[in-house]
Amino acid sequence: MARRFYINSNGRIRRKENTLYFEREIDGEIEKKALPINDIDSIYIFGEININTKALNFLAQNDIPLHIFNYYGYYSGSFLPRKKNVSGSLIVEQVKHHIDNQKRQYLAISFIEGAVYHILRNLRKNGINKDDYQDIEKELFPKIFKTKTPEELMAIEGNIRDKYYQLFNKIIENENFYIEKRDKRPPSNPINALISFGNTLMYNTVLTEIYRTQLEPTISYLHSPQEKRFSLSLDLAEIFKPFIVDPIIFSLINNQVISLNDFDTDLNYAYLNEEGRKKFLKAYEEKLAKTIKHRKLKRKVSYKQLIRLECYKLIKHFIEDEDYKPFKAWW
Amino acid sequence: MEDINFEELKTNGIKINYYYVCKRKLWLFDRKISMELSDRMILGQIVHQESYKRDKPKEVLIDNLISIDIVDNLNIREVKLSDKMALADKMQILYYLYYLKKLGINKKGIINYPRLRKREFLELTEKDEKEIEKTLIEINKILKSEKPPPVINSPICKKCSYFEFCYA
Ligand code: SF4
Repeated sequence: MARRFYINSNGRIRRKENTLYFEREIDGEIEKKALPINDIDSIYIFGEININTKALNFLAQNDIPLHIFNYYGYYSGSFLPRKKNVSGSLIVEQVKHHIDNQKRQYLAISFIEGAVYHILRNLRKNGINKDDYQDIEKELFPKIFKTKTPEELMAIEGNIRDKYYQLFNKIIENENFYIEKRDKRPPSNPINALISFGNTLMYNTVLTEIYRTQLEPTISYLHSPQEKRFSLSLDLAEIFKPFIVDPIIFSLINNQVISLNDFDTDLNYAYLNEEGRKKFLKAYEEKLAKTIKHRKLKRKVSYKQLIRLECYKLIKHFIEDEDYKPFKAWW
Repeated sequence: MEDINFEELKTNGIKINYYYVCKRKLWLFDRKISMELSDRMILGQIVHQESYKRDKPKEVLIDNLISIDIVDNLNIREVKLSDKMALADKMQILYYLYYLKKLGINKKGIINYPRLRKREFLELTEKDEKEIEKTLIEINKILKSEKPPPVINSPICKKCSYFEFCYA
């Protein structure tokens, strides 16, 4: 199965005939590693890399996106090869679902419904006392279905998320990682750094999946298309952040895989250092490769494929084939 | 069913083929909702290219719509990987024969199955012509529909590139 390649060191990506190489200098020697083009889903670059157009053209030929991050693991941008899967009629339908308020709200609510389902699932699976999240489950969650605008919905979601992050402290067994408040830009402490990094990865993974379908990533429903990002990716990532990213964070901390040593001390532990990033990426990769038997497909699918299936369900919704229902981990 | 308006209804060969495989697939394909190439399809293309090399037929593109391999004065041909979709493949080449006939060209058809070392020879009958005309009308109706036709729940779905899409 094609996988993501994460490049953490400095070097050069070079194409030689039909092979892509990653080269780096170690003690004055050039180390050359072939990247098997058919096994690459996408490339994530955290190091300082030289790449030329010959290599980029090769990536484009093979439909491989390249996501670039700065030294702190902060997302800078992507090289997305020209989209070959385009469907004008699907874009028209996507737009129709955006400009019709009711249709837009239906999808916006669905994404939050998927998100909150997995938030509650995390709380339950981590043995949090039901009384502690009663308010999320019984008060706030039912309210999302009555909202009329994305703003109203986002406000309730924000409330749920605050309460959820407070409960992180009951799940996390290391007080260095307790959460006081959630800060995004820039993250201000280790737990915020982990959440931000994980969410960024999720955004890019979802974007890669959307990109492989005919969906237009700039037309979104929960988030405003005015965002300076591919906002449909933000929409879908809502469902997968609590399903994929949060459990990784809990396990990295509670199994003592990650400690304060994995953060940049100069910057107040607000960023993972290279070691920390590698640990996170390894766990992330393992998580995406996990499989589950799909009830309808009756086949094993990886967690990553579940994201693709979500894209398909959206397309089916747009072409009036089947109403969209958000993914809810059923096990 | 008198004269059909061929100019308005004519379509490409792959749609005729898909009509006999699955009407939903036809609709999705028409809306450019296609799936990534599966290994099987890539293999199909390779087989196609390779058998080209061997006995170089002339490929002609007609009306920017159908592309036909001309073997010789008498025959056109299609290369197929397997005979699992024999009916669809047969109708596709009969459609080419029909199309050519409309242009005043009379040919016969061959389906090559290089991997099975098998060939099938076809001639367009009057009955085939009627069938093709009926199909063209049906295809037009299906493609005009706002929604895709339903999932067919057939054993062929398991090997179809749309499987994950349809059953997600
Ligand atoms: S999976 Fe089945 S229903 Fe769907 S397009 Fe393929 S053959 Fe048709």
